[in-house]
Amino acid sequence: MSHWIIVPIILPALIAPLLVLSARYDIVLQRVISLASVVFLLGVTVALTWTAAGGTVEVYEMGNWPAPFGIVMVLDRLSAMMVLMTSVLGLVVLLYVIGTGWDRRGRHFHALFLFQLMGLYGAMLTGDLFNLFVFFEVLLIASYGLMVHGGGKLRLQAGVQYVIYNLAGSTLFLFALATLYGVTGTLNMADMAVKAPALAEGDAALLRTAAAMLLIVFAVKGALVPIHFWLPNTYTHAPAPVAALFAIMTKVGAYAVIRVYTLVFGPGLAVTNTMPADWILPAALVTLIIGMAGVLAGGSLSRMASFAAIGSMGTLFIAISAFTPEATLAALYYMVHSTFAGATLFLIVDLVQRRRGSCALDLRAPMAQSGLIAAMFFAAAIATAGMPPLSGFLGKLLVLDALRSEPGAALIWTVILATSLIAVLGFARAGSMLFWKPHSVAGDGTPPAPQLNALPLVATGAMLALLLALTVLAGPLTGYMEATSAQLYDTSTYIEAVLGTDGVEGTQ
Amino acid sequence: MELLVASGVGLLTAAGVYLMLRLRTFPVILGLSLLAYAVNLFLFASGRLVVNQPPVLLNEGPYTDPLPQALALTAIVIAFGMTALVVIMALASFVRAGTDEVDMETETPVAHEAANDTPTGDAT
Repeated sequence: MSHWIIVPIILPALIAPLLVLSARYDIVLQRVISLASVVFLLGVTVALTWTAAGGTVEVYEMGNWPAPFGIVMVLDRLSAMMVLMTSVLGLVVLLYVIGTGWDRRGRHFHALFLFQLMGLYGAMLTGDLFNLFVFFEVLLIASYGLMVHGGGKLRLQAGVQYVIYNLAGSTLFLFALATLYGVTGTLNMADMAVKAPALAEGDAALLRTAAAMLLIVFAVKGALVPIHFWLPNTYTHAPAPVAALFAIMTKVGAYAVIRVYTLVFGPGLAVTNTMPADWILPAALVTLIIGMAGVLAGGSLSRMASFAAIGSMGTLFIAISAFTPEATLAALYYMVHSTFAGATLFLIVDLVQRRRGSCALDLRAPMAQSGLIAAMFFAAAIATAGMPPLSGFLGKLLVLDALRSEPGAALIWTVILATSLIAVLGFARAGSMLFWKPHSVAGDGTPPAPQLNALPLVATGAMLALLLALTVLAGPLTGYMEATSAQLYDTSTYIEAVLGTDGVEGTQ
Repeated sequence: MELLVASGVGLLTAAGVYLMLRLRTFPVILGLSLLAYAVNLFLFASGRLVVNQPPVLLNEGPYTDPLPQALALTAIVIAFGMTALVVIMALASFVRAGTDEVDMETETPVAHEAANDTPTGDAT
């Protein structure tokens, strides 16, 4: 039992209060401490991924209580990949925030940021459903603080909507958990995976209800139509770097769906059968259409980026809904890609907004550094829309290829390809409005670049470099993900690791 | 007793959902609280309804399932904190916007970007 698994959860939990208590008035000290912790966490998560890549499932029993009686943290390939992605994104966003001084605009940014990371790590590592709920709450509470960071009327109004929406989601989560516990008598995911197929006939309806409620909760987190309404306002009005960090929060919903609906309510379970797939697929198709239509219709760059985030969740959920190893491999690759692409887009939104004072799509004099930012914007747009040569193209290709033999493949292909075209149109329109047409406007010259160092540009460039690396290293990465999805559908390794071999036999 | 608890949960949920669908923050927050009560009761009942039994193992005797009690406790704490937070945020939003309506009246991107760019040091 390696103690390193718990470090990503414990460390932010210790550092964040320390920041509030002792470094409250010293922004430089706060920056140093939080940057050091995030770099250290990146190191730890790299090491964890290295361990998990070997194929073993590492289990950490809290307080040395054996599962299913105690809480367990489980490190398998999927959770290792997710925590590594969180660390990388966290580091880049933190660099951007420090470079632009967003952390000066309100109090306790760094503490909230660390709590957010703690919630994310916890949700990805836990092997217990109630624990998943608690970590969801931890990351949501931190996100409420980050969302209204900096204040302002519209941000607060959007924040209230966001909080209320998520509170309703949390309540539904608890109802689902109570039903599951009432039926199966356990909340440990591995234990539930053992008990669910062996349930009495009369409990089938209850279990199905709970599975459906759980799916709705995860769909709220993943912004799946028809319960995606919280996302556009939240992401548009949140501080842009925070919105970039939020790119991973929707992925937590997707992660939870992958985890629960392969492990507990797997494709082989008679009670739920194809229910998850039947529900997710149509919703995901509509999500994709609405998202990309929003990209075309969004009146400002931030709104466009928000709808692009919705659209990418649509593609992701289409891949997830097939529940085959090939499709899940595609979903994993697309998940990593869309997290980084979405975050890049939001960082660029902030870069534009700082130079123009607004990111509304109207005609104004050219902005400072428009050449560099234009290059970044078009790279991010190419990645998001899924054109070659960046990772979005590979991601969509993998998704299309994996779904070729599924029923309804023609419809899925049509929707994915048509929406890609719509996204290309939307981004091209926005790009020409922001970067090309201004040169024909007789304005009062280029406004001066805002006073800041090169760090924001470097951070945004780093995100683009990650997208490039995702393309270049697609071979080894998909190799890792292939093993990951194979591990997901071979649930016995996971269950044995958590419960022990005798535990499995004892409950059967 | 089962009927009583079940109808209690049902009534609280119904009232909570109704209030949540209103357009002003005050009823919405009340509705959220009612939903939280309903879910706490429901969690508590998920370990089967047992009367007069301790939730700890005392020698041999019968006992009630202790886990739902721990779950309900956690849920109560979280719901309580969340209610406090949403009250504060609703108040701040009310003071700033001058209205306690939940939906946002206009969606003019230009106006809000301007609001975003004024560095204000308050809130959170």
